[in-house]
Amino acid sequence: MLSTVKQVVTEHEHQPSRLLEILRCLQTSTNYLAEETIIQVAKELDVPISQVYGVATFYSMYSTKPRGKYVIRFCESAPCHIEGAAEVLAAIQGILGVDVDETTDNGKFSLELTSCLGVCGVAPAMMINSTVYGNLTPKKVQEVLMTLE
Amino acid sequence: MIRSHILVCAGAGCVSSKSRLVKEELLTRLKLQDLTEEIRVIETGCIGTCDLGPVLVLYPEGVFYQKVGVEDVAEIVEEHLVRGRVVQRLLYKEPLSEEILEKMADLEFFRRQYRIALHNTGAIDPDNIEEYIARDGYFALGKVLSEMTPETVISEIKQSGLRGRGGGGFPTGLKWEFAARSTSSTKFVVCNADEGDPGAFMDRSILEGDPHTIIESMAIAGYAIGADQGYVYCRAEYPLAIERFVSALEKAREMGFLGENVLGSTFSFELELRVGAGAFVCGEETALLSSIEGNRGEPRPRPPFPAVKGLWDSPTIINNVETYANIPSIILKGAEWFNKIGTEKSKGTKVFAMAGKINNTGLVEVPMGTTLRELVYEIGGGIPGNKKFKAAQTGGPSGGCLTEANLDTAMDYDTLLSLGSMMGSGGLIVMDENTCMVDIARFFLDFTKDESCGKCSPCRIGTTRMLQILERIVNGEGIPEDIDALEKLASFIKDTSLCGLGQSAPNPVLSTLRNFRDEYEAHIYDKRCPAGSCQALIHFTINAATCIGCGICAKHCPSSAIVGERKKPFSILDDQCVKCGVCVQECPFQAIERR
Ligand SMILES: Cc1cc2nc3c(=O)[nH]c(=O)nc-3n(C[C@H](O)[C@H](O)[C@H](O)COP(=O)(O)O)c2cc1C
Ligand code: SF4
Ligand code: SF4
Ligand code: SF4
Ligand code: FES
Ligand code: FES
Repeated sequence: MLSTVKQVVTEHEHQPSRLLEILRCLQTSTNYLAEETIIQVAKELDVPISQVYGVATFYSMYSTKPRGKYVIRFCESAPCHIEGAAEVLAAIQGILGVDVDETTDNGKFSLELTSCLGVCGVAPAMMINSTVYGNLTPKKVQEVLMTLE
Repeated sequence: MIRSHILVCAGAGCVSSKSRLVKEELLTRLKLQDLTEEIRVIETGCIGTCDLGPVLVLYPEGVFYQKVGVEDVAEIVEEHLVRGRVVQRLLYKEPLSEEILEKMADLEFFRRQYRIALHNTGAIDPDNIEEYIARDGYFALGKVLSEMTPETVISEIKQSGLRGRGGGGFPTGLKWEFAARSTSSTKFVVCNADEGDPGAFMDRSILEGDPHTIIESMAIAGYAIGADQGYVYCRAEYPLAIERFVSALEKAREMGFLGENVLGSTFSFELELRVGAGAFVCGEETALLSSIEGNRGEPRPRPPFPAVKGLWDSPTIINNVETYANIPSIILKGAEWFNKIGTEKSKGTKVFAMAGKINNTGLVEVPMGTTLRELVYEIGGGIPGNKKFKAAQTGGPSGGCLTEANLDTAMDYDTLLSLGSMMGSGGLIVMDENTCMVDIARFFLDFTKDESCGKCSPCRIGTTRMLQILERIVNGEGIPEDIDALEKLASFIKDTSLCGLGQSAPNPVLSTLRNFRDEYEAHIYDKRCPAGSCQALIHFTINAATCIGCGICAKHCPSSAIVGERKKPFSILDDQCVKCGVCVQECPFQAIERR
């Protein structure tokens, strides 16, 4: 863990201005930022822990608590809503048995809401990790969730 | 000898409908038929008709195929490419006239467009710098460096009348002039690709489909103001745009369009991509700069404006992606050419992202001053299911709605403002009779409340209070005083918030209150949602007379809310029902009603 922090910070030339990117890299493998990670990043960059913590909690894509293997980011913005997102979301919640901001017991899925993903042309939409799924229906999400290992 | 080109759309919309698999299959099939020498497959950015994806265009004829599945590819190859016969069933049908059209150029959607900012998007392979150059790419940069002084560049942009496409509509040339005047030795050029407005996706499409245009324009801007470093700030939700832009940066460097002594001149320019992490407020320019510096994206008061004091306190110009995408054409064709397009105070074109209840969702670029009716009915193909047009939201969460009475409004900056809406970034969200306007207002407010950075209390607390009231109303628990309270809170938030997010947050509520007050009243006084959309005010019931007791609905209900015995009418447990509507879709006998 500590060695990866060192490595990532070095790759970013120890530049504090690249903090967002550093955190993003560190989050890719585990889908969240552990407290030790934050402390270590602060040390490596030589900035106060509060600065790193402040950034990590400001932006919605970072999580300081553990999340599932697949993070579902379901679009909650108006264009998707108009095209029936509420029913699709209800279906996801029903299938996974979790509420928004919860993780399934087996640690596989976390369900989060996000604002517009910029693919409103294929609304309703969601992103699972970095894959976009569009034109969703309650039926289609059932299929999508089934195919993820 | 290449006898045919096939464009396969690989914008994020089409990728989500599996256009990459279609391309793979196409390559495999072409190989099987031994056609790889004759037919070239090109992956492009968004063609515009995202809802019809995956989209394929076959040249030289320009035949437009839509909703192409992997299973359709063999037929396209064998019928179209081998036998020369168009595959009728994959052609596009005009939604209103029901006419089947063969060629892309015949579609109303494309015919009425005037593409400047999008002139390469969907037409070239964004990963291939040669294709960009073949369409006059980097010629504007060459012209600027060899024939123009920074002053003449700025005066050309000023004369073109180009105004910022990111929302505010500030004259671009003037902004550049402010920064150019400063004698500071360090200056920066920034591109705002944070595009967070729900319903807007033109900036994503340009970055994905034509990244070199942005690189070229930013270099021109750098030369004009005297900056040697630029940053593009892109939101993290756009992985494809990021990937394509990074690859474009490398190629531009290799070919000498970036770096030391650009094109052998004395001008040097470097460009770096910075990625956000999910915060809408970072689209606000001062917040964006703070985020590039590696901090929390909190706005600060202006003045000083970034053109005076920006990144690391140096003069900085920030422009939107679409703004930059206009620059090369203006340089090559001249201010006078640009000036002739559009209306008196809004020059050029605007890209609109059409979403919501409209047949042709997607991206279109039209001259400023095009009417809402032309956009919705002629280009957009009208409303699905021949439903009634109710309203269109422009300006996203900062804007307002246009109603039926405004259909003949010429869309430009000033007209929209006069109607209590705004251009914003060009999102156009169309709503039909089944959309509840109170609910829409609640959605936008929920958005601004979530995205408020919390720095100042009118915005943080005020939006929370307004949202509570709106939630109460859509849940059927509104009280008569609510409308008044909303209006009071709205003017307080508008007047006292620090940045544009708070100042504009109440707009959607004010605009719907002005145009659709009766809908608010129906929710409050009659506990009724006239559009039949608010979940708390609708219920699912099984009509015992039509239900044959097959049990199909119960099998599909995700929340086990349907009970019954086979061959007898089933029923729905209202308190367990999550109102997903699956049962309505699944019942083969239309026995389930939603009201
Ligand atoms: C809350 C808020 C969000 C904004 N989001 C964006 C955005 O996503 N993209 C953008 O270009 N401008 C956005 N703006 C406007 C920018 O502050 C700035 O005016 C713009 O980038 C200037 O570029 P332009 O003159 O080319 O439009 C936003 C403004 C506010 C107040
Ligand atoms: S108005 Fe809202 S978003 Fe803007 S600074 Fe204040 S709290 Fe932050
Ligand atoms: S609406 Fe959804 S939850 Fe309610 S009964 Fe139908 S399928 Fe079940
Ligand atoms: S699917 Fe329709 S017919 Fe069958 S049990 Fe359900 S409501 Fe009755
Ligand atoms: S509103 Fe959902 S992707 Fe834009
Ligand atoms: S993404 Fe293919 S048409 Fe828009």
